[in-house]
Amino acid sequence: MHIDLHPAGTAAALAVLGTEISETIGARVSALNHAVCAAHLVGVIETVPAFASLLVRYDPLLTDYDALCAQLRRLASGLNDEAAAQGRTVEIPVCYGGPYGEDLPFVASHAGLSEEEVIRLHSERPYRIYMLGFLPGFPYLGGLNERLFTPRLQAPRTRSPGGAVGSGGQQAGSCPRESPGGWQLIGRTPLRLFDPDRPLPYAAGDFIRFVPISEREFCALEAKKEGARP
Amino acid sequence: MKILVPGPLTTVQDMGRRAHAAKGYPECGACDKYALALGNLLCGNEEGQAALEMTLSGATVAFEKPALFVLSGAQANATLDDRPVPMHEPVRACAGSTLQIGPFAEGLRGYLCVRGGIAVPPVLGNRSTDLKCHIGGLQGRALRSGDVLPIGPEPSGTTAESLRHAAGILREKPWLLRPRTAHAYLENQVIPLLRAVPGPQQDAFTEEGMRAFFSGLYGVTPDSNRMGIKLSGPSVQTIDGSDILSDGIVEGSVQISANGQPILMLADHQTTGGYAKIATVITPDLSAAAQLRPGQTAAFRAIDVREGVRLCRETAQQLRYIKELTIHA
Repeated sequence: MHIDLHPAGTAAALAVLGTEISETIGARVSALNHAVCAAHLVGVIETVPAFASLLVRYDPLLTDYDALCAQLRRLASGLNDEAAAQGRTVEIPVCYGGPYGEDLPFVASHAGLSEEEVIRLHSERPYRIYMLGFLPGFPYLGGLNERLFTPRLQAPRTRSPGGAVGSGGQQAGSCPRESPGGWQLIGRTPLRLFDPDRPLPYAAGDFIRFVPISEREFCALEAKKEGARP
Repeated sequence: MKILVPGPLTTVQDMGRRAHAAKGYPECGACDKYALALGNLLCGNEEGQAALEMTLSGATVAFEKPALFVLSGAQANATLDDRPVPMHEPVRACAGSTLQIGPFAEGLRGYLCVRGGIAVPPVLGNRSTDLKCHIGGLQGRALRSGDVLPIGPEPSGTTAESLRHAAGILREKPWLLRPRTAHAYLENQVIPLLRAVPGPQQDAFTEEGMRAFFSGLYGVTPDSNRMGIKLSGPSVQTIDGSDILSDGIVEGSVQISANGQPILMLADHQTTGGYAKIATVITPDLSAAAQLRPGQTAAFRAIDVREGVRLCRETAQQLRYIKELTIHA
């Protein structure tokens, strides 16, 4: 597997694997990330996977840029282009429409579909988590059905509720906590995804599958004392 | 320790929340990490223990129990029960005494380190306040009057006398009070030169854009904060716009926004971003950057990554030397 390496200052190297968002490149980033984490390289503090790159942060007292690059190249050369470290699939229950997804009617009419068809297309296949960012636990998902591509809101909301599930342009996503945003919201998950006291249920390289649930199931899950987890 | 007057923005900070960026947690921590380390060492703490970071102007605090403290970072005019308090000097406060730290005469961020450290409960292994996610520090927020902060147990290995001795040696070697940084002189002005490793996206910029960035003077604008310093100066030309596929950001990354102006990322930077990064300021020079006030001017100088790593090690060596002074006095 070929990687281009660039310094990101004196404490990080950026490995670039491509220039576009695609399943193939996402799988390569994920494979390289797993290889780097499993190698426990001296001085490596953490990695930050993104759409087509992997940022590797290091302690300049323990290693340096050249030594790290040599190690990263060696790890990458041991991976072939088809190497796709299989991530886990995490199920996220979603109550669609009504007060839980106020933009569902708009998304449906924009796509020329019924609300039921939008729900079916949205929940039929798993989405790759390319990266987490923007907010803790916020997944950048790929694989949204083209028929559901919907422009972002013209005027962003000042607040979307925690657990909101929606789409912006060609991206699907679920928002771990309350925040402003311009996404079309079509549903909501009762899962409490943002909780610094507990590990996140997913990481970059994993897959998310949205599972439609009824309002009654939503309320039952939300009522769980410790917050529902997948 | 009780906060009587918090000052414009006072937060609990340590060395930052490392190894959680892949989940989207900003690193946070002190913006001037050298000043935090120095203040901590001079009260016998570990370099990275939690302290108060104060912005533009200091806080007024009351000590409920006897404590030993050190002021570092921005130049503070401070009094302990009306007696002046020197910078970089371990000072003993009695129970009931009041420390009043006024507006900073020079620099932007001052640190109040207390022997034992600020012992708020750690979140994700770390005590830094994350103002955006509302976690860490005291209830994830800036301090207010009336807040009471717990102080940790006294560390062993140093005595008030050994610390005073170390402070005395630093008075004779004032260059150890900050990382060795570079300056340019323009007429009567001293301009901090922030040394930066080009990239990771220098290919997104024209030759002229690179030249403008590394030769221009940039002013610090008032909408700078702990997330980043927004700069204003010569526009940096891109080849085909500044949008990139979002990727990881580090403290010190310099993004060029759509308007051609640089933003230098500080401790609270978001973990990923979609603007091209022209260069990354080396870690030792982030201390100087963190002390820049709105209206001040700075410039960037390109540096090779190997030289940058050497300077990081030199700075760490300097702190190790100070630590030895505090122990072996």
